[in-house]
Amino acid sequence: MIDPIRPPKRKNPLLRTRLPTSPPKPRSRKSHGFTRAAAEGRFMLQCCESCGTFCYPAREACPSCLSFGLAFVDAPRRGTLLAETTGRVPSDVYFRERTPWRVGLVKMDCGPTVVAHLHAECAEGAPVRMSFQLDKGGQAVAFARPEGETPNMADDKQWREMTADPKFRRVLVTNGRSMIGQEAVTALKVAGAKTVFVGVAEPWRPFAGEKLLRGQDGVEIVPLDVADEKSAADLAADIGGKVDILVNTTEYVRSGGLLDRKGTSIARDEIDQAYLGFINLAQAFGPAMRMRGADGINNSVAWVNILSVYSLASWPAFGAYSASQAACLSLSHCLRAELRPGGVKVVNLFTGPVDTEWFQTVPPPKVAPRAVAQAIVSALRNGLEEMYVGDVAEEIRQRLAANPKALERELDR
Amino acid sequence: MDSSSLLELAGAISSGEVRVIDLTFTLSPDFPVIVLPPELAQAAPVRIQEVSRYDARGPAWYWNNVSFCEHTGTHFDAPIHWYTGKNLANNSVDTMPTRDMVAPACVIDCSAEAAQDADFLLTVPHVEAWEARHGRIPERHWVLLRTDWSKKGWRDYSNLGDDGAHTPGPSPAVMKWLVEERGIIGFGTETIGTDAGQAGHLDPPYPAHHFLHGAGRYGLQCLCNLDQLPATGAIVIATPLKIQNGSGSPLRVIALVSST
Repeated sequence: MIDPIRPPKRKNPLLRTRLPTSPPKPRSRKSHGFTRAAAEGRFMLQCCESCGTFCYPAREACPSCLSFGLAFVDAPRRGTLLAETTGRVPSDVYFRERTPWRVGLVKMDCGPTVVAHLHAECAEGAPVRMSFQLDKGGQAVAFARPEGETPNMADDKQWREMTADPKFRRVLVTNGRSMIGQEAVTALKVAGAKTVFVGVAEPWRPFAGEKLLRGQDGVEIVPLDVADEKSAADLAADIGGKVDILVNTTEYVRSGGLLDRKGTSIARDEIDQAYLGFINLAQAFGPAMRMRGADGINNSVAWVNILSVYSLASWPAFGAYSASQAACLSLSHCLRAELRPGGVKVVNLFTGPVDTEWFQTVPPPKVAPRAVAQAIVSALRNGLEEMYVGDVAEEIRQRLAANPKALERELDR
Repeated sequence: MDSSSLLELAGAISSGEVRVIDLTFTLSPDFPVIVLPPELAQAAPVRIQEVSRYDARGPAWYWNNVSFCEHTGTHFDAPIHWYTGKNLANNSVDTMPTRDMVAPACVIDCSAEAAQDADFLLTVPHVEAWEARHGRIPERHWVLLRTDWSKKGWRDYSNLGDDGAHTPGPSPAVMKWLVEERGIIGFGTETIGTDAGQAGHLDPPYPAHHFLHGAGRYGLQCLCNLDQLPATGAIVIATPLKIQNGSGSPLRVIALVSST
């Protein structure tokens, strides 16, 4: 049994903060099939379309029949640990700082043998459950865990390097006025976050759920108006060095597209809140997060965005909102690249219409704010980069992949 | 008036014999704005974005881009702001007569009443009682309603309940009377808006806006330091930004007050 991690002590100001380093990054273009799988929490291998052989690592042609038809498909996760070894003095700086580090060979039930990072409780000869994870360099690596649940499983040192578990970490939820924000606070506290800071803009405006929010242990309400450059900078001056996970719950939803709206003032509010708010948050909190990527048990690990799935394909009924979300999606990719040197993950959650007043007239299915909050925790615990929450988001993704033009026409109703 | 009197005034200001009182709140991003149902277009709060601060964006200078609504912070309402004044001549901040920007003020202290009742409404009898002590309100004077509301924290200042804002203001009757019977140049308050927080439920709704602007008069709101003004004799200088066809503007409102 592995020992549970302990709540971290306060920082020793005499010691230099360890700077983040990255494991080796180069990958072939084909190998990014695994990156996609890891980002979404799927286990995908190449499978020959001619003879059905699964193979690993990524190849251009089938090792069995030389066919070029090697598509990445969801594959069975089960395998057996054949052999393991422990790296003790590797030459790579990242691994050298984290020794001992265990890797092993896993014989997959579906055929190939995979080199994988090992959870501490994986034993030779025993069955394992495989996944692809994104490492601190943002690249996909194979990871083997015991087949069933084991005590303190998520506290495994190597697993924690691959994930962004809220346990003992300090989280900033940027908008405590929204239902998603309030549900996120509760879910993150339940998931073991040490402190949840909750941003509240315009504190002179009362809001539903305020009393409940103020009464929670380990929850600190902080002034934060993301659209105000100085407000974001001032908050970062106070707590920027203590934000291990930032959950951007900015929510500004208004219906309408182009022609039936008059002027740009609502569009400007949308951009102020969603897009400029994102920039203000990134500039205020990003640098310290990037710098603190290897800062012990409660290092900075993740930045979470809640995006509309209509950032991927415009829904004209909410067309201007869709555009503001598309802008944020683009920013998130930029942020991902810029936070990469710190090993900080940028997690995007895509939702369909949420069950709030701004989607009141939209027929179900709608996503419950609580489901979004639970998805945040799940994505962090599993180290995902992309997650589609609810039926609508999942359906839009599939239809977009199948035929973007068809989706465009169908959304235009 | 000859030019030596003007110079005498300048000298008195310089010497402190005439004090210059600032009636203006700092334009800051956290200053509350008027609250409307969220499905309506909203007044923008103040935004201040640094252009450069002696850095790579501009090595020797500091400056900001700022944005705000015409009705954010301490601000001026021109007649064109309300539908009742929309067809008047010279009804916007860029066309209004400059002489209207300088006028004496009568300050009616209702701070005790407002402390008792957040929904306090100024009535004609209140003003008549004031006139009994200070004399009839002359034409082309501002009437400033002192409530000490500007001394509150932001939450109490906006004082929002689930039935809207609760802040003091004028009754319909007194607004009509001040405009028609006293010929005031404008009406000023410490609260967000020249009207009371619940003025949407009065008849007509928003009587200060309705009567003032319908008669080509002005509004000033989010004023502070009214407690430093005498009941009569202060001169208010209120020069809104010359915004093309502007309905109002944040501005620096100052008052000249004799210190003797």
